[in-house]
Amino acid sequence: MNKPAIDVAYVAELARLELTDEEKAVFQPQLEDIVRYVEKISSVDVEGVPPTMHGRAIVNALREDEVRPSMPREEALANAPARTGDEFMLPKIVEGAES
Amino acid sequence: MNFENTIGLETHVQLKTRTKMFCGCLLKTGCEPNTNVCPVCLGYPGALPMINKEAVKLTVMSGLMLGCEINRHATFDRKNYFYPDMAKDYQISENGNPLCIGGGVTIETPNGPKTIRINHIHLEEDAAKINHYATTSGVDFNRGGTPLMEIVSEPDMASADEAIAYLTALKEMLVYAGVSDCNLEEGNMRSDVNISIRPVGETKLGTKVEIKNMNSFRGIHAALEYEARRQRECMAHSIPIVQETRRWDGEALETASMRSKENAHDYRYFPEPDLVPVALSEEQIEAWRALLPEQPKARRARMIEEYGIAEYDADVLSQHKANADYFEAAAKGLDKKIAKQLCNLFMSDVMALLNESGKAIGECAMRPEALRSLVTLAAKGTINGPTLKELLPEIFEKGGDPEAIVKERGLGAVSDASALEAFVDQAIAANPGPVADFKAGKKAAAGFFVGQVMKLSKGKADPKIVGPLVAKKLAAL
Repeated sequence: MNKPAIDVAYVAELARLELTDEEKAVFQPQLEDIVRYVEKISSVDVEGVPPTMHGRAIVNALREDEVRPSMPREEALANAPARTGDEFMLPKIVEGAES
Repeated sequence: MNFENTIGLETHVQLKTRTKMFCGCLLKTGCEPNTNVCPVCLGYPGALPMINKEAVKLTVMSGLMLGCEINRHATFDRKNYFYPDMAKDYQISENGNPLCIGGGVTIETPNGPKTIRINHIHLEEDAAKINHYATTSGVDFNRGGTPLMEIVSEPDMASADEAIAYLTALKEMLVYAGVSDCNLEEGNMRSDVNISIRPVGETKLGTKVEIKNMNSFRGIHAALEYEARRQRECMAHSIPIVQETRRWDGEALETASMRSKENAHDYRYFPEPDLVPVALSEEQIEAWRALLPEQPKARRARMIEEYGIAEYDADVLSQHKANADYFEAAAKGLDKKIAKQLCNLFMSDVMALLNESGKAIGECAMRPEALRSLVTLAAKGTINGPTLKELLPEIFEKGGDPEAIVKERGLGAVSDASALEAFVDQAIAANPGPVADFKAGKKAAAGFFVGQVMKLSKGKADPKIVGPLVAKKLAAL
């Protein structure tokens, strides 16, 4: 295989995981092994087989548009590391920088 | 070198449901922060989402309005990103198998009608609201989990005008179908705007720039015009156009580059394991199709035909479904001539009253039947024009049955010739001065007598009848 099956540094960055160079060096071959192992499944011929989106063959688990009570605000905010008024506090964010 | 614009829009429309997309929390603006929240919309680990059937219905109805094909096996995916407006660290969306595929919106352009194709419509949840303060920011999850449908157009628009025509038509159809309020001030309809330019004749698309989260048509128009100009200037000076997200600054009236993080767009979509597919039956889709209202365009044509009203009037009336519904409720079955009078009254006086009072037609006390009766009374000559204009604001404000009011107050027009003749004779006898003037050739004196007769009849005479009668009597003197 020419291209590594996985780029650990990139994946770690996407997952917001801070890895040291030593850790990256250890995980890179380990995760490559895992991905290659899973890739064996690609050798199966699935021509014409629709992808399975869910482990159970049920559809249409829908709910009616009926209001249910929400939780008390104090309970909702109880685990907030910090709050600002009645909101979850964040460090100051530059407005409009949303993704 | 001449360049042409290529514009595509991704429009997020808030669906008119009572509850959120994946939980039963109430959807309402203006509530105290974090009061309409639960473990699902706060993203608690282990909390399980459940699809709101109404949101599916409204999205499918929108798709049917726009001529989309309805996907018989729609599935949800996770779009992964880290931002504090999304506590789960992923947004539930439809990436590969959205509910609606294809379709289009036809707009009018100076070169004739043009169809803007729709790529697809998918259903997703809105993010929470981040509020910004002096030294901190705060998250309010009341909005988090609001059902949004994202309508993705093909890059078929060539100008800012076309983009606005597309949005206007879209908004009109969605409001008509009752799918969304499309209230722009409240952020019910927000668009991400993509624009690139390419030499005329080139088939490959140029490098696109995206301007996100625009909620005013005026802003979108200005931003597109600005970008079209900026990109041409870049080309003229051989400055490469980079693919980026820019922000519209409504005060400086320019777009500015937003430093977006590298890899920010690798969302690593994968199927949402907490939700099973939505597989709609033909019966279900047909049942929803039956709920669709008449399309605005078809309605305009029918109203012109059915009521004999002018194209312009039909246009204005149909811009607001409530107005068109009201007009039709009042005009149904009326003689075309009277229907046209009703339309004129609605377009001038009723619209003015709506403007003055700041009310929507549904909020005024006057029932459509009352307006119909008022116009019919005037058309039949039972009341005269001035009485009509006097009664309208009163009934608009307080309601009531015009026929009963006219009878009770004796406002019926005096059109009985002998009664009117008596008034004319009385006026002539009492005013020898003006009679002499008239005889001396001052024809304008006739107007004075018409006024006198109106006064004597306490305003109930029909000036259209009094005029000729006065002329006749004066001539015979």
